[in-house]
Amino acid sequence: MNGLFYIASMIAVIATFRAVTGANAVHSLLYLTVSLLASAAIFYSLGAHYIAALEAIIYAGAVMVLFLFVVMMLSYGPGQEAEEKRITRPGTWAGPAVLAGILLFELVYVLIDRELVPENAAAHGPKAVGIALFGPYLIGVELASVLLLVGLLGAYHIGRK
Amino acid sequence: MATVPAEYALALAAVLFALGLTGVLVRRNMIYVLMSIEVMLNAAGLAFIAAGYRWAEPDGQVMFVFILTLAAAEVSVALAVIFRFFHRTGTLDLDKVGSLKG
Repeated sequence: MNGLFYIASMIAVIATFRAVTGANAVHSLLYLTVSLLASAAIFYSLGAHYIAALEAIIYAGAVMVLFLFVVMMLSYGPGQEAEEKRITRPGTWAGPAVLAGILLFELVYVLIDRELVPENAAAHGPKAVGIALFGPYLIGVELASVLLLVGLLGAYHIGRK
Repeated sequence: MATVPAEYALALAAVLFALGLTGVLVRRNMIYVLMSIEVMLNAAGLAFIAAGYRWAEPDGQVMFVFILTLAAAEVSVALAVIFRFFHRTGTLDLDKVGSLKG
């Protein structure tokens, strides 16, 4: 478990640094996605399996796709074709691909070596999280649902012509 | 099999949060500022996960679910604002936002 944590931490820091300091928004989004996937690996190594899945699905999946949609919609106009050619060059996606490849190696390694699953995983697995979420934190879940509804309506109202 | 010290996870959260804060302070492109805010939210969630890991309680993970909800709502509204701002002014420069004034 130790090696998984340290390698994923290094990947997260490197990818976040490249994402924040990048010049091209699409490249930075690639690095940010890798950083969030590394965070998911870190959560897994800390025993939070349910959160690792949520991080990969919601953050690295849904939120990053939303970002990508908006960036793609904003970057229109002349020179778009040259930009496309520049993006599809290997030099631009090689960095995120290498980092993501290391993460994939970690994933396969964990799947093969079952002993890497933390022993105290049952203490705070998905069941414990769900019981806590809908027990003492029920009011928080209600407030979160209201927040999501307000976010939906607000985004619709602002984005409408 | 030795486990990871919770302090290391907290230190990693601090490093990621500092990177995100630097991005918010330094970058002037709205998309980058929003991405840096995402990094900061994620780092805060990592701190909660590390605390839950240290005390072997599910409460840290519950807090992360709430942070995830907050981040999703925040991103949807902020991206809609950026979209409208770009169509109105043709730029993403954060310094130009001061010219809105009501």
